[in-house]
Order: sequence, then C-alpha cells, then structure tokens
Amino acid sequence: MFTIAEHRDETPTTRTIIFKEKLAAVPGQFVMVWVPGVDEFPMSASYTSKDFGITYQVIGDGTKALAAKDVGERIGIRGPYGKGFAIHGKRLLMVAGGAGMAPLAPFIEESVDHKVIVDLVLGAKTKDELLFEGRAERAGAKVHVSTDDGSKGLKGLATESVASVLRNEKFDCIYACGPEKMIVGLLEIAEKHGTPMQASLERIMKCGIGICDSCALDGRHVCRDGPVFSELELRSFEELGRTKLDTSGRKVRI
Amino acid sequence: MTHLAVDICGLRLKNPTILASGVLDETGKSMLAVAKAGAGAMVTKSVGKEPRAGHQNPSIVELQHGLLNAMGLPNPGIDAYAAEIKEAKKSGVPIIGSVFGGSEDEISELAGLIEKAGADAVELNLSCPHAKGYGSELGSTPELVELICRNAKRRIKVPLFAKLTPNTSSISSLAAAAEKGGADAVVAINTLKGMVISPDARMPILANRFGGLSGQAIRPVGVRCVYEIHEAVRIPIVGVGGIGNGRDALEYIMAGASAVQIGTAVWTEGVGVFNKVCSELLEFMEHNGYESVKDMVGVAHSGRR
Repeated sequence: MFTIAEHRDETPTTRTIIFKEKLAAVPGQFVMVWVPGVDEFPMSASYTSKDFGITYQVIGDGTKALAAKDVGERIGIRGPYGKGFAIHGKRLLMVAGGAGMAPLAPFIEESVDHKVIVDLVLGAKTKDELLFEGRAERAGAKVHVSTDDGSKGLKGLATESVASVLRNEKFDCIYACGPEKMIVGLLEIAEKHGTPMQASLERIMKCGIGICDSCALDGRHVCRDGPVFSELELRSFEELGRTKLDTSGRKVRI
Repeated sequence: MTHLAVDICGLRLKNPTILASGVLDETGKSMLAVAKAGAGAMVTKSVGKEPRAGHQNPSIVELQHGLLNAMGLPNPGIDAYAAEIKEAKKSGVPIIGSVFGGSEDEISELAGLIEKAGADAVELNLSCPHAKGYGSELGSTPELVELICRNAKRRIKVPLFAKLTPNTSSISSLAAAAEKGGADAVVAINTLKGMVISPDARMPILANRFGGLSGQAIRPVGVRCVYEIHEAVRIPIVGVGGIGNGRDALEYIMAGASAVQIGTAVWTEGVGVFNKVCSELLEFMEHNGYESVKDMVGVAHSGRR
C-alpha cells in the first residue's frame, strides 16, 4: 500500500494526493486506487517525474472516502497500467477539459523538458475549476483559458478556443483529455487542419488489466490498448461519442 | 498430415483452443478480436435473465502465479446480450453460450434463449464460486447437476456442456452426474475458491472477500481433475485452468481433454496466446508423430502399472 505524503485541494471539486512512495509512470498512464472497505477505481497519474501523485474529482462514494484520508494514511495502488502520451514533434497543442487536465499536466512538463514548445487550451465550467493553470504556466506552456460561463478567458467551449488558436498557428500534434464530446469535436478540427492527434479516453473499468471486457470500445480496451489512443484508432471507433457500457455491460447512449 | 482440427460433439473447431468464459467476452466486438487472434471457439460471458452489475471493486487481485477474481457475474442480461452473440458470430468461429441461473428452471430457460440467440453450444455455469445463489452453490451435488443438465438438455438441440467446480470432494461424481443427465461434454475446471488478505489494510482485498483463483497456480489441480473425470465418463472433456503455452495444453489433452479453454493467460500473454499454444502444439505433434489432437487425448492413462 502507498502512504499519503500530501493531500490538498486543487479546485473546489478536485484534490491531489502526493505519495511517499515512488512509481515510475508515463504521463497518461493510470493506476487502480483501492480505498479499503469502499471501492477501487482507475485514476490518471498527475505527477510522474520526481513525485508520484494523483488528482481526482470528488464525485462518488469512493472518491469521497478518498478525500477524507489524512496524511500518513495508506491506500492500495496497483499499476501503472495502459499506454500514455508520446511526444510527436516540436510544437504541441494540448487540450484539457475540466479534470482532463490531470494526465496532461505531467505531459506538459515532460514535453517542455524535451525542448518542445507547448500551447495549452484549458477549459472548465468556471474560473475556480481551472485545474493546474499556474502549474502549466510555470512549466513554460502558453495557456489559452476558456470557461463555460466566461468568468475567465474565452467564454465558451475548449473546442472553440482550439479553433481560434489553430487559425493563427500550426502544431505538429494535438493531445486531448476531457469530455468525450470535446474529443469528438477535436477530431473534426484536427482533420480539417491535417494535424495528428492523441486522446485519453474513459470507460467503466473493473480489472484494469485487459481481461474483464468492462472498458471495451469497438473490441479494443481502454485499460490495456489505451487510455491514450492514436488518431487512427480514435477514427476507427464507431462507438466513440455514441455509446458506452454500463456496469452490467449493457450498451447505453452517451 | 499433422493438423489441429478437433470435433467435440459435432462441433468442428479449427484448433483445440477455446476462449474461456468471463474473459474479453462481454461484447461481440471483443470476441471478434479474439477470433481474429486464432481461437478455435469462444465461450461467452455467463449470461443471466436480467442485467447484473456484479460485485463492487476490488474485483480482481493480481498474484504471482494467477488471479483471484470476484467479478460477480456481471452481464447485460440475455435480451441485450443476443446482439453481442450476433456480432460474435460474424467471426465464423463456434460460439458457446454460457448461462447461469438460480434454479434448474431458470437455467434451462436461459439455455433455450441463448440457443435461440445463435449459440452453437451451451455451457452451463455450475461452478462460479463467488456469486450467492448461483454457480457452484447449485453445482456442488451430483443430484442437482444431473437434474439441471437433464432439464436444460430437453430445451436445446445444440450440444450441452456442463462446467464443473473443483471445490468439491469428488469432481468425477459431478462429471458422471452431468453425463447421466444428458450433458454432451464436461468442462473442468472453474476457479478454486480463495481469499487474499492485505495485512496493511487488515482485510480481504476483494470487496466480495472471497473469489476464484485462476491461472498457472491451479493447473496441477485442473489436470488432476481432468485425469479423474476421464476415468469416470465417456463424454468429451474440455480442460481449463492455467493454460498459457503448448505444453500446458498437452498436459490437459494427455489427461483426457479433447480441447482446452484459455482465460487468465490473456492477462499475461495477450490474445496472441491462442496462436502461441497452437503453434507449440503443432510443433510437438510433428516431432512426436501425432497426426491429430485426438490421438493424444488421454494417453497419460496408458502404461500405468
């Protein structure tokens, strides 16, 4: 089990845990987090270089119980699992919607370390929910903020902000994590501009190791083949943005 | 000419490797991917009448030589699952429909329904060790196994497989009961009931507390069960439990299995495991002068003093 070294609020709905133990993860990879007696769920690594940490939205019983854990307490971690982001090119555009910033933040830092120029479109509902804005700036990314309510930056969706950024500049690759609708929208924009893209996807995940089929997406598995998929893979998914499986394995509309 | 094709109760398989129930088989498209990877047949997720979410996570524990799981029979229910079978059938590979139920009537009804959905054979899950009121709770006595098989057999025309539990004092009595009840083949073994405790958390890791152990760790148990069953019944046996390479499959075949199922090895080897097992089997056969798999079935029983 891993020991909580630091536990802090990032926004009114997200919190970060930094662990005492190290774990070698690639940005975009995830771990299975076990809160004993409550639940186990997948969570992207949000710190992957010096420290290992996760940043999570407090939404269900599991994350509520996690949010109540104090420094020094221990929780179960298995992983890291899946495929992370890979640097392609010298000028990259990252697009984060809400808590989707969690896996992109360490990737921005890694990219800058590799002398890559990074622009970040960071979207959230409201300015209080902008995750890791300062962290991205400190890393050296040029940050373009958008909020649904216009409380900071461009008023509107992250995809609209991306469209305006792309009118003026050209990038070697687009990286996205956020709501599936946003990713579907970005695929269209990326195609129009002839820019390759990678995106991290989310599905209900039980085993995390590629056998239980609960995170199936067109015969591929978010836990093992993803969570980061290439543009070619993303375009091949008929289910993307349309259907997902519920906990029983039933296809439901997104 | 050395070949891998096998015939089980009239079911023609291009090779003896079958995807075991519960692994990459909740969706038709995943099964298509497994078929493409070379499986000779595929068993579906165990399906019940209604949608079922299964147990709370943690539902799996990774161990050095296997997995402990308590998924808890999650499935979308037979009505919704029919579409997944239809999709999987596009592979051209035989689909064996696995069903579970809480009574002999429910099980036989489901057997009929999954046949109607297109299953080429029906496998009765009489052996899941971690779902209250289902699986091994019904399949632990010869009397019930015989009754359930008899009822199910009446409802279907396709071959009937009974998947048996090793969590019993005599699996060969269960196999004999399945045969008496009219099962066309038996499948052995399902997972061994087990528990893993986290000393740090001072509690079992699985939310369901106990679960079923699968993978390499249980292969000697599975091979022993198949060996015993081979001496107790005349119907074909499908061996399962810890098969990850050709020699593992050979152990089961020589103990008496006509085909094998592979599940947990997909975790360690990926879906490439089906092709790997097949090519290693073929190599062994060519080196040892066996023309077909059936020539090796049960050979470990001869030559005893």
